[in-house]
Amino acid sequence: MGETSGAARPWILLSPALATVAFLLVVPVLFIVVYSFWLRTSAGGEIPGFHLDNWQLVFSDPFYRDILLSTLKIAAITTVLCAVLGYIPAYFIAMSETRHKTLLLLLLILPFWISYIIRTMSWINILGSSGALNTALMGLGITSEPIQMLYNETTVILGLAHFLLPFMVLNVYVSLDAIDRNLLDASRSLGASNLQTFREVTLPLSLPGLAAGGLLCFVLAAGTYITPLVLGGPRDAMFANLVFEAVITQLNWPLGSALSIVLLVVLGSVVMVYNRLAGLGQIAKSFG
Amino acid sequence: MTGWNFIRLYTIAVYLFMFLPVAVVVLLSFNSSQFGSFPMEGLSFRWFIELWNNDAIVRAFRISLLLAALTAIISTVLGILAALALVRYRFPGKNTITTLLIAPILIPEVVLAVALLLFLRWLSLPRSFLVLLLGHVIFTLPFVLLVVQARLVAIKPEYEEAARSLGANPVQTFFAVTLPLLLPAVFAGMLFAFTISFDDITGTMFWKPGGVETVPTQIFAMLRHSISPEINALGTVMIVVTVLLPLIGMAVARRLAATRR
Repeated sequence: MGETSGAARPWILLSPALATVAFLLVVPVLFIVVYSFWLRTSAGGEIPGFHLDNWQLVFSDPFYRDILLSTLKIAAITTVLCAVLGYIPAYFIAMSETRHKTLLLLLLILPFWISYIIRTMSWINILGSSGALNTALMGLGITSEPIQMLYNETTVILGLAHFLLPFMVLNVYVSLDAIDRNLLDASRSLGASNLQTFREVTLPLSLPGLAAGGLLCFVLAAGTYITPLVLGGPRDAMFANLVFEAVITQLNWPLGSALSIVLLVVLGSVVMVYNRLAGLGQIAKSFG
Repeated sequence: MTGWNFIRLYTIAVYLFMFLPVAVVVLLSFNSSQFGSFPMEGLSFRWFIELWNNDAIVRAFRISLLLAALTAIISTVLGILAALALVRYRFPGKNTITTLLIAPILIPEVVLAVALLLFLRWLSLPRSFLVLLLGHVIFTLPFVLLVVQARLVAIKPEYEEAARSLGANPVQTFFAVTLPLLLPAVFAGMLFAFTISFDDITGTMFWKPGGVETVPTQIFAMLRHSISPEINALGTVMIVVTVLLPLIGMAVARRLAATRR
């Protein structure tokens, strides 16, 4: 086996992965940028060139703007909900001194492995017209007819939060676990109450984790189209549903490209802002 | 310590929120009633037997397993090679390359799916198993890379240097020293890629050819009709595959790590 020169070696090792990402990600994304300026003819063909028609439609039709705004709203509510639901369990696991810490940690990671589609559809068993909740309510005589609880914006948010909560808990846990316990002892010995210690020391030090978890929840929530299809009503489409409709149902690929780029730019700017403020390295810590 | 008690109760409530809906799926999958809902009439395995006799579901399972296995192997090989370069060598542009390799998780999966689909279609490569595989490789690669990278950083380069100074070439050093030490992370990365691929629906719905279903898309298609006990049974099987497999894997990895010490 011939010795390759040292300087070339990392590039040889990197080349398969780099080629994969370049050919299957970078080039395709650049391609849809170009593609979004092409035209779709009614006959089903495409006219290459530089046409602004798709972009004009995307920017002038209030339909797209409204759905984009409601998508961002749903993602924001989901993120806040995940933070509210997730912070305290993460704190509990990080700070508890039980022997069962490993088990608690395992339980924390477990939902990652449970299928997204199963967790999403599981809410139909709970909230559906013959689901657990309606059966219980009717059994108790509180209502005689099943209450329609599913297929609205609230159940979409519920399903998203249920899916994304582990991302929040894990990221918050990682930053809480890294806090030097001496700082907390020092704060208490200097006369701070538990609540003051939390507010002045623990919370600020856990903000990077909270931000990383928040970013993941927001971006993943804003890019989903399966949850609204399963748990939402016909009027609860999110922006990614429009992309799916355009590409798969209407086969209007140039329009689908333009819509994809809108989503990419909007969510990309969120990631960019986060990267400037916190750095993407925080998210990688969860994999340690 | 009432504050701590509140925290404990809150944590229990959140865990219930996370696990109760899933537990209900498992419970209902054993319901002998012919509707996939409450009340429970009795325990039976009839829905699992029905799954087994349902050709469409068995086919979806085969496709999912094959796809996930191939994805895991390819992603892990690419991920190990890239991680070696990023951790063990100094070279210009490392940060940019790291960001580039992590990019598939920074880009919304829908956008990735559309871009890959339309680009390959433009190259006259229609939706097929190959497109599905390429798509799964691209978005599992960052996860494998991050897992392997994290482990590789913790392995001292001195071991490899010792092997090199004893006359082993880089390839021999890798197989005799680095890979055995890296094995737990290789396992973890592979399992990670396997489960992500096995569970994926967002990209798969774009890439799958007509008539081909993976388990998640099959469940999605079945949901369109109504929620039948078969779906709950299928869900239970999915949970067993995606939860039990990694747990066994982790146990094996821990064993491996323990015997090396």
